Amino acid sequence: MKHKTFFWFVFPSVLAMLLFIAFPIVSVVIQSLHVAHEQVIITVQNCGPFGCTDSTKIDTDATAALRAAEPLGRWAGLTTYFDRGHLATNEVAQAWTTATSLPDFLGRLINLPFYKAMFFTLTFTAIVTPLTLIFGFAIAVAVNSAAKSLRGPLIFFTLLPMIVTPLVGSLILFWMVDARGIVGTLLQWAAGDPDLSVKASTPLMWAMLMVYGVWHSAPFAFIVYYAGLQTVNKETLEAAVVDGASRWERIRYVVLPHLLPLTTFIALIQLMDNFRVFEPIVSFSAQAHATSLSWAIYNDLGGETQQLSSAAATSVLTILCIALLLTPVLVRTWRDFARK
Amino acid sequence: MSTIGQRQPIALRVFAITFLVFWMVIAAFPFLWTLWGSFKVEGDFFSKANWANAVFGVMTTAETGAALTGDGYHGAWVQEEFWRATFNTTLVCLFVVTISLTLGTLGGYALSRSTERYTFWLLIIALIFRAMPPITLVSGYLPVFFEWNLWGHLPTAIIVLVAINQPFTLWMLTSFFKNIPQDLDESAMVDGCTRFQAFRRVIIPVMWPGVITTGLFSFLLAYNDFAVTAMILSKENQTMVPKIASFLGTTQTKGNVMFAVAAVVSATAPLFILIMFFQRQIVSGLTAGAVKG
Repeated sequence: MKHKTFFWFVFPSVLAMLLFIAFPIVSVVIQSLHVAHEQVIITVQNCGPFGCTDSTKIDTDATAALRAAEPLGRWAGLTTYFDRGHLATNEVAQAWTTATSLPDFLGRLINLPFYKAMFFTLTFTAIVTPLTLIFGFAIAVAVNSAAKSLRGPLIFFTLLPMIVTPLVGSLILFWMVDARGIVGTLLQWAAGDPDLSVKASTPLMWAMLMVYGVWHSAPFAFIVYYAGLQTVNKETLEAAVVDGASRWERIRYVVLPHLLPLTTFIALIQLMDNFRVFEPIVSFSAQAHATSLSWAIYNDLGGETQQLSSAAATSVLTILCIALLLTPVLVRTWRDFARK
Repeated sequence: MSTIGQRQPIALRVFAITFLVFWMVIAAFPFLWTLWGSFKVEGDFFSKANWANAVFGVMTTAETGAALTGDGYHGAWVQEEFWRATFNTTLVCLFVVTISLTLGTLGGYALSRSTERYTFWLLIIALIFRAMPPITLVSGYLPVFFEWNLWGHLPTAIIVLVAINQPFTLWMLTSFFKNIPQDLDESAMVDGCTRFQAFRRVIIPVMWPGVITTGLFSFLLAYNDFAVTAMILSKENQTMVPKIASFLGTTQTKGNVMFAVAAVVSATAPLFILIMFFQRQIVSGLTAGAVKG
């Protein structure tokens, strides 16, 4: 295809991505290096019958004028990155020198907002991704052994948790585990504790968020594995049977090797999606117990005073984490491509 | 696998069936429960006294005279104007799907036919963009949108969602177009068509299965988005998902949580119907990327 024709074909699509993805990234980086102007404070002299006193007050007009003249704010360099809300270098250094033991240090570390969000995001990703793979595989094997006529409805209901809007799906679960909801009541009964409340307990809230995570993404793993199971080479399987391979050996040596590339694919997609965990935290109002990087950005942007610089700094850090996470994949793709 | 499947030992079969039933309950029961509960009053849906009240509607009968009530729906749709959000969602989804598919088919077709090195880089950049959480971009949008008075309008949200959708659309359509034989459009070009004419007359008529599948996923992205629409739409232009989230903030205090339940059921219904009609396409779309590796 000629370069010129190619250019015109991809132009609209590339323009859209350039304007609304690439430029905003640049804008986010610039934003994160600035902070909003402080309010202009002027000193006024009040003279009364008992002499003069100096008082300070906020000059609203001047503040507004300054903010309008330089909407980006003033240059701050990397200070936003190192402040308490982000990398918190001072607090970390202090915790490191005063901490009595490593667990003590880590305990203090995860009380800092950024590390708290990071810790949850990473734990969530690390736990939900493998569970999704296992659960999805189990469902795929089970559906595959069901009668043909049943498979359609089975797939239909399996798809539901994945297709339904994450915010809506997590709300539905949240209402059920509410202390007055059906699952909440069941849990209270099972634990023998009538005051048990998922909302009030950090470990339960974490568990609930991860249960939601697996519930939401297992169908995706299921679909991919199920499609993979349809294409397992039947002759190899029959041959394995003839050679006297047991059921387990057939799965271990024929089916699993066939599904391995699919596992890499699902794991990659799941890593990307679990790393952006966000909606369930809003639905479960879990922010007191668990926050994620995406939630931290949302919180900065949505508050009474929009903290753009703070949100921008968290965004840049998030993008860097994603890039780090993706590097092995990108390197491999590049090697494959270069070999061709 | 049927011949081998029949030889399953009984224990394994029982285990598989139990597991399937267990999964079906987990997957489907929450939706049925919420659908049923949305016709109750709050005292039943969140029952302090007895969970079975939610099934039989004891409080609902006491308060409204019947075991089922449409009060939640009335409150959400009429009083809180959920219909407006539904209308906005319809507009957003319609335009996002149409525009992303138009841009995506053109781009995807070119990417599938060019053998130059830059196509690889373009796809890799698209993959990186796909991996970024959309909310990281929002703090880049806001100052500019405020400055140029673009904030809060539906067209802005549509354009942004189209752009966020592009990486995925490009990947999916590129792999789809690669499956259409090159000979098809090349022979048209030998017969004197330009590249665009070949695309229009030869490729467009055969591309619909792939386009419909991709369109479904564009639709889901636009329909399900919360992070972006919550941030860049004003209150009166809100779509369904941010509207539901705002119900939580305002109505939980007033005791009108049933509005949110009714709204949640209303937002799930279209997806239910969507899966019913397009199950095959959704499955083939999800596996398209994987099976090719």
